[in-house]
Amino acid sequence: MKTVNVNIVTPDGPVYESAVEMVSTKAQSGELGILPGHIPMVAPLEIGAVRLKKEGRTELVAVTGGFLEVRPDKVTILAQAAEPSAEIDIDRAKEAKQRAERLLQAKQDNVDFKRAELALRRAMNRIDVYENKM
Amino acid sequence: MASLRDIKNRITSTKKTSQITKAMEMVSASKLARAESNAKSFNPYMDKIQEVVASIAVGAKDATHPMLVSRPVKKTAYLVITSDRGLAGAYNSNVIRSAMNAINSRHSSKDEYVILAVGRVGRDFFAKKGMNIIDSIIGLPDQPTFADIKEITGKAVGMYADEAFDELYMYYNHFVSAISQEVTEKKVLPLTDVANVSNKLTSYEFEPSADAILEVLLPQYAESLIYGALLDGKASEHAARMTAMKSATDNAKELIDSLSLSYNRARQAAITQEITEIVGGAAALE
Repeated sequence: MKTVNVNIVTPDGPVYESAVEMVSTKAQSGELGILPGHIPMVAPLEIGAVRLKKEGRTELVAVTGGFLEVRPDKVTILAQAAEPSAEIDIDRAKEAKQRAERLLQAKQDNVDFKRAELALRRAMNRIDVYENKM
Repeated sequence: MASLRDIKNRITSTKKTSQITKAMEMVSASKLARAESNAKSFNPYMDKIQEVVASIAVGAKDATHPMLVSRPVKKTAYLVITSDRGLAGAYNSNVIRSAMNAINSRHSSKDEYVILAVGRVGRDFFAKKGMNIIDSIIGLPDQPTFADIKEITGKAVGMYADEAFDELYMYYNHFVSAISQEVTEKKVLPLTDVANVSNKLTSYEFEPSADAILEVLLPQYAESLIYGALLDGKASEHAARMTAMKSATDNAKELIDSLSLSYNRARQAAITQEITEIVGGAAALE
């Protein structure tokens, strides 16, 4: 089966590199599925999971603040943070989720709601990816 | 002439100091190795983001973004990267001096510029001068991750977008080699030179549109420029400290050598004097 090389790169170094059969993820404009031979494209991503189909299995990588660059033989995902499901620190993610929820429920004026909400989404994304819910 | 005991004390204390500086040298050497590998692992990200930004800037000429356009400058921001601690030779003073020179030659009043200080040394210096520090970050770990500095980069880029200032310069020590670091000035915002990258450029489809992508990409790009400078600065800091500590150790060794020489001379003189006294005493008895 034809494959495409996928690289996931963050400022702290590359986190994933492999040849896969299909990449699917959620871009800001909607779900995207990329097969080998796709035309060159750039798209910003939502906070979410990147699903990489490889030899009948699906690998998940949690991605925050990234965008996707596609070339016919190569897909590069640049993200501020990215972790494969096996490397997620689940306790930290759960803690972050609780903290964000507390902040959101507190309804105080000095809480930056947008930031808390983003933190909550990041934490939930990590938890979902960890539990392979996607 | 100093007494034997004085010299002995000085030798012991110099030895202890040289042990400390030697240890600091070795610590910095290992931190430098880590910092260099961090900077290396950041490179692929930087190259890629540069490439994509350049392709968009070149390929979609009609796409515009406030960060790409120079506007009349009312206020300039200077991001000065220093270390938290001293004992790093001329590392901090070089950066601060070159930033001060630029500020003094470009501005006549304190209202025309603001400072973003990274590192305690720089912050304290500018605060003492009474300059307008809008943000500072201290206590950065020796191996900063992107999450550690996200706050200051995000703030710097956000403030530019809100027109709190109209251009942003960075001052940091560029790591050339373990024994040489160069103070570098870099204009971060507005991003005027993105299209100058002469790589082979791909023409992309933009999903949903080039403008929307620039919206996401350019702040990230500016932030990673700053992050890159920070990593560079950290590597330089460790290198500078390593060199400074090495020369301190060498100086201590030299000092110990010359002190041992005068110690031995003084000891010899004391012995000679004792012998003369004994011989003189014996001669007096005869």
